[in-house]
Amino acid sequence: MSNSQIPVTQSFDGVVEVLALPAQGMVTLRGDLADERLREAVNDTVGVEVPLVRRADFQDARGVIWMSPDELLLIVGAGQGAAIADRLQTSLAGGHALAVDVSDARVVFELRGRRLREVIAKLAPVDMSPDAFTPGDFRRTRFGQIAAAFWLVDDTCARVICFRSVADYMFGMLCHAADPAAELIVY
Amino acid sequence: MLILTCPCCGVTGEETEFHGGGEAHLTRYGPGSTDEEFQAYLFRRENPKGVHFERWRHVNGCGKWFHAARCTVTLEVFGTYPAQTLRPPEDLLERIREKRPGWRWKDLS
Ligand SMILES: [Zn+2]
Repeated sequence: MSNSQIPVTQSFDGVVEVLALPAQGMVTLRGDLADERLREAVNDTVGVEVPLVRRADFQDARGVIWMSPDELLLIVGAGQGAAIADRLQTSLAGGHALAVDVSDARVVFELRGRRLREVIAKLAPVDMSPDAFTPGDFRRTRFGQIAAAFWLVDDTCARVICFRSVADYMFGMLCHAADPAAELIVY
Repeated sequence: MLILTCPCCGVTGEETEFHGGGEAHLTRYGPGSTDEEFQAYLFRRENPKGVHFERWRHVNGCGKWFHAARCTVTLEVFGTYPAQTLRPPEDLLERIREKRPGWRWKDLS
């Protein structure tokens, strides 16, 4: 994922590169994450196993993200959200689970560069030291005044998601934090 | 700054990631209760200087509700525990007894 070929819709080249990624397929799955049937359905449908607590696991562009004790966010190809949600709902029929296509609900930004830990630490109340936050770690938190979440793809690439309604605020804030005139070197 | 550990997702975060939900372990009196019970449920709250039990929600996080026991004077957090209980866990009560001998909160001590 770090060298994604997805065309970007907006970008800023600062201390880190800030890229607004185009639409991706996203599905919210609510259910018992310990349930074997649900775990198999996720693996069969997305091709990625249910991750550990607060982790984001990817196979190429498809991923499964741990959102809460009973919620996963599935990242799939653009336009595939509805079909994936249908398939999951069908294979989980009769059980207590809900899959919904939420592709339009959120936007994804990518940060690229060595100083992305500092850029995130300016905006979110999260310990970004390399020991505390490692590639594959996922965290729901806030960036400035808005609810957001992010994960580290690797040490020089992070992805940030937030609701689409606050995408402009997020992009502006990320660019501001990545302004070369305000570079921080901490980690 | 209040630092809480969410028992649902394991995150230790500062208070702006959470939202306070008021006093813990209320009995929600409804239809069939006496006027006195209903009035007490709606309006009467503990306001202790010291040990307090509250509900919190990990609002900028996993979204779940949980309970927290803390000191309103020092902001020391004695512990957090799941929402699905009517009473704090015994080991937490024991920890509070060690740190605040003689404490009382409603029918807990
Ligand atoms: Zn949590």
